[in-house]
Amino acid sequence: MVLTIVEHDDGELDDVSLQALALARDVAEQTGESLDAVAFGPGADAVAEAAGAHGVETLHTVEDDALADYAPEAYGRAVVQCAEELGTEAVIAPGTDRGAETLSHAAAKLDEPMAAEVTDVEVGEAYELTRQRWGGTLIEHSKLTADTNLLTVAANEVSPSETGGDAAAVEPFAPDVDDGDLRVQLTDIEQSDVEGVPLGEARVVVSGGRGTDGDFSELEALVERVPNAALGSSRAAVNEGWRPHDDQIGQTGAKIAPEIYIPAGISGAVQHMVGCKGAENILAINTDPEAAIIQKADYAVIADLHEVAPAIAEELEARGHAE
Amino acid sequence: MEILTAIKRVPETGAKVSLTDDKRDIDTTSLGFTFSPHEECAVEESVQLVEEHGGNVTVLTLGPEDATEQLRSSIAMGADDGILLDGGDEEWGPVGTASAIAEAVEGSDTGYDLLLFGNESADAANHQVGVRVAEQLGLPCVTGIKDLEVADGTATAKREIPGGSEVYEIDLPAVITVKEGLNEPRYPSMRAKMQARKASVDQQSPEPRAEGLELVELEVPETDDSPAEILGESSEAAEDVVDVLEELEVV
Ligand SMILES: Cc1cc2nc3c(=O)[nH]c(=O)nc-3n(C[C@H](O)[C@H](O)[C@H](O)COP(=O)(O)OP(=O)(O)OC[C@H]3O[C@@H](n4cnc5c(N)ncnc54)[C@H](O)[C@@H]3O)c2cc1C
Ligand SMILES: Nc1ncnc2c1ncn2[C@@H]1O[C@H](COP(=O)(O)O)[C@@H](O)[C@H]1O
Repeated sequence: MVLTIVEHDDGELDDVSLQALALARDVAEQTGESLDAVAFGPGADAVAEAAGAHGVETLHTVEDDALADYAPEAYGRAVVQCAEELGTEAVIAPGTDRGAETLSHAAAKLDEPMAAEVTDVEVGEAYELTRQRWGGTLIEHSKLTADTNLLTVAANEVSPSETGGDAAAVEPFAPDVDDGDLRVQLTDIEQSDVEGVPLGEARVVVSGGRGTDGDFSELEALVERVPNAALGSSRAAVNEGWRPHDDQIGQTGAKIAPEIYIPAGISGAVQHMVGCKGAENILAINTDPEAAIIQKADYAVIADLHEVAPAIAEELEARGHAE
Repeated sequence: MEILTAIKRVPETGAKVSLTDDKRDIDTTSLGFTFSPHEECAVEESVQLVEEHGGNVTVLTLGPEDATEQLRSSIAMGADDGILLDGGDEEWGPVGTASAIAEAVEGSDTGYDLLLFGNESADAANHQVGVRVAEQLGLPCVTGIKDLEVADGTATAKREIPGGSEVYEIDLPAVITVKEGLNEPRYPSMRAKMQARKASVDQQSPEPRAEGLELVELEVPETDDSPAEILGESSEAAEDVVDVLEELEVV
């Protein structure tokens, strides 16, 4: 059996979990095993229908009161017990903070290896894996040899796939956790008041790098002229203290997927580009025709961003595109 | 407060990554080295915590002897001591790395209050060394932290989620793994860099462990490098830019 950890928001399966289920189902089919899932917390049984539609036969639900709030080590312990009781071939987790954290605890407790950020599995004598290194700027082919194969699935790399199956059978699972496992537990959730369009959801992202020389006013003005637009930046601009880290796009920043991405004064380092590989179109503004970003863009303007950005804003206004 | 911060030496790649002939490594002949932005924030945080509460920061790395360079960069940022776990030139996997780090902690006379890690290493991104160290040492652990406060032996750690953050309270001693954005790492002064060159670094030779995950080869993902359509070389290109935006129906 292949066990997948799925995350849900009050009974609604999240996207990354659906992606994990797609990869897990592939592994299950290759090994001739069934696909099961485990879900935690109140409302876990409500995911039975969606899980079934993605190929899950049995859904193990952990609705223990003590585990109502996320607790990384206790969740890891529960996964270990569930896997041992069911005799699993593999445990697959979504590529989320919780997925990696829970499975790392399980891996350490089982004394098994764990492969993170996996995008493909070919089951031979061992698991032949494709996984991401460097946030996706490099691909690694490796072999996993273990009694229980533990993997997390890279986020947004595998497409969910429906089988149209019936709702999964629900089987409550009661793990045996002690106080030690509950030393760390979610204590609170704070809402932040996000202003404007979140970077991850914007249809247009305009961003600035070291080439702005610290003056983002024209780029800000341009963003204000365009609906559903957000302002981003490179790490260099964040390091200079010109922008908050929340604006950073790339390997150690935000991942974006706009209709069009407009990097201005950004050279196109690989660690920056992995953050915008979801962009449909890239329009670069750079003074240097040799900059790597020009190669990586679909459209380019070879000129000073401090002149081009205001000109674009003016042209938008002239054509009546006022925000 | 005694803090141990773990960092990993990685090549500083730019716009293009090239591989060695055997495809098992990045060709670093013309590259400098650095450590992950997450770990840079871990070093900065540990220095700030010691500035606030007193104590010592020890930075630790497992890697080739040249990784002393990254220990010295951290010492220039304000860390007090460095430990090099000499792992030779081959990259270690997360199982061996975690166990070597945990053993170095167990074998040390210092009772660390806090062990800080990056959420994931820049290159391998195994997402697990910190958690494995915590499990081996029997310490509580929380990962992916972007906001940290320590008072009266308890850490309040926050992890970002869409629209807000999760709050965890965790008693020290503990392991915490962090992400960039936690703070703004300082640029060390010239003087601090000079002094760091003279700092002594403790060296140990850990035993490797069997890894179940074995590298076969690396691959550079294909990217579309077809030349961009050049819309212009002055602000007059603005008309064409707006044409593109109109065509995409985003304005
Ligand atoms: C592990 C790791 C993780 C990283 N993560 C990230 C990340 O998440 N995000 C990220 O961005 N970087 C990241 N980096 C850093 C990355 O490698 C680059 O250093 C960074 O992206 C460079 O930023 P930049 O393009 O703004 O600056 P530069 O490389 O200095 O480029 C500036 C560009 O501006 C152009 N320019 C100058 N003046 C003008 C003008 N007036 N008008 C128009 N163009 C002009 C120049 O021609 C040049 O191309 C990471 C690095 C490492 C090692
Ligand atoms: N070779 C190493 N030396 C020191 N610390 C390391 C090493 N490898 C990983 N780490 C630490 O563990 C964190 C997570 O690494 P990983 O599990 O590889 O993603 C890193 O951010 C570092 O803080």
